[in-house]
Amino acid sequence: MNITMTISDAKYIAMDNINNTVQATIDGQTISVPLDPDNRHYAEILRQVADGTITIEDAD
Amino acid sequence: MTKARTNASASPAVGRNMIINGAMNVAQRSASVTGLGANGNLFHTVDRWKTNLNLTAGRFTMTQTADGPNGISANCLKIDCTTVDTSIAAGEAFILHQPIEGQNLQRIGKGVAGAKQITASFYVKASAAFTFALELFDEDNDRQISKLFDTTTDWVRHEIIFPADVDDGSSPFGDDNAISLDFNFWLHAGATFTGGTINTASFANNNNANRAPGIDSIFSNTANNFFLTGVQLEVGPVATEFEQEDIGTTLTKCQRYFHSTTFANGKAASAGGLVNSSTIGVISGMTHPVIMRAAPTAAINDVTHMGVRQRAAVTTCTNVTFGTSQRACTMELTVSSGLTVGDGCFARAINNSCTLSFDAEL
Repeated sequence: MNITMTISDAKYIAMDNINNTVQATIDGQTISVPLDPDNRHYAEILRQVADGTITIEDAD
Repeated sequence: MTKARTNASASPAVGRNMIINGAMNVAQRSASVTGLGANGNLFHTVDRWKTNLNLTAGRFTMTQTADGPNGISANCLKIDCTTVDTSIAAGEAFILHQPIEGQNLQRIGKGVAGAKQITASFYVKASAAFTFALELFDEDNDRQISKLFDTTTDWVRHEIIFPADVDDGSSPFGDDNAISLDFNFWLHAGATFTGGTINTASFANNNNANRAPGIDSIFSNTANNFFLTGVQLEVGPVATEFEQEDIGTTLTKCQRYFHSTTFANGKAASAGGLVNSSTIGVISGMTHPVIMRAAPTAAINDVTHMGVRQRAAVTTCTNVTFGTSQRACTMELTVSSGLTVGDGCFARAINNSCTLSFDAEL
């Protein structure tokens, strides 16, 4: 069974002008997701970006 | 005189259990969550134990319950059905499971010549006699094997031996920090997973229809309860006594995957910080209690529960973001106004409900 996370409001957060986090709402909770492909939330964000379900807003 | 160990091929005396928190003693997230059952593959209460739910109308409460077989554990994991689902569609499923990292499974030698048998044991009881299934699902190679077990209203220890999976020498578990094995208790399933013949004899390439034939449903009646504790998975064809573990060791193992702290009002949530280049921003930080499996996802339950303490004043946060690594994290705290650039400060809870959590689960 592939259970899909519901992801919205994804946006990069940068420190020293380098992206280091995606802030997003996943399954109703606002969370900070590191750019680590071993992190299950980031892996799912990448999957949903690849299939066109979501986009990630640029950092401020 | 040195005496040679005569059972050198048996499981080690300590550390033989590949299940983490099998005694159900650690529940960092919550001791009880109600209204569960909606689609999702999530952790709710007892650490490392996850529920995978698909399409069911059944609902349940999941708790860490102070009940266990005497001398084994004072706690168990309890599933309490609160809404029935007796019209079971094909794709429905409820799996209570623990995902296990590949690098913790190398002792099995699975999928190549010399692979070993493994034995699962656990204590279970229920509100009535049910038949459920325990499945070992090889996530690296999409292979599985299932065994049925029965419940009674008293604690019973089941000992289930699984054959070695040599396969054709091409299906080892990855030696890495990714999931390799799911330890699955099937408690409810539709025809997609029950329509075939249960695969009990040996590991085989997955056929969903053969994963859970013959099981009952935990959702058949709101009187249904399921209790589980003393779960062990070890190498070899013998179920040894459940391995007791001190709470500090179990908690540390759990924190590799998840840690959470609720701070009391006024308590510091960071070691210190510095007001950044504006009057509204602070960079602070904290270290994790252990090196985590991966850089964790970080969350605060409500940003207004956190404040910035500076010059004897506390200013409520309007946003908190985190930058995490396996060892530590930065917290960037934003307030509406009023900070002094260059001043020291720290993050502190402004009520008794400020919770930070860090999730590197599989």
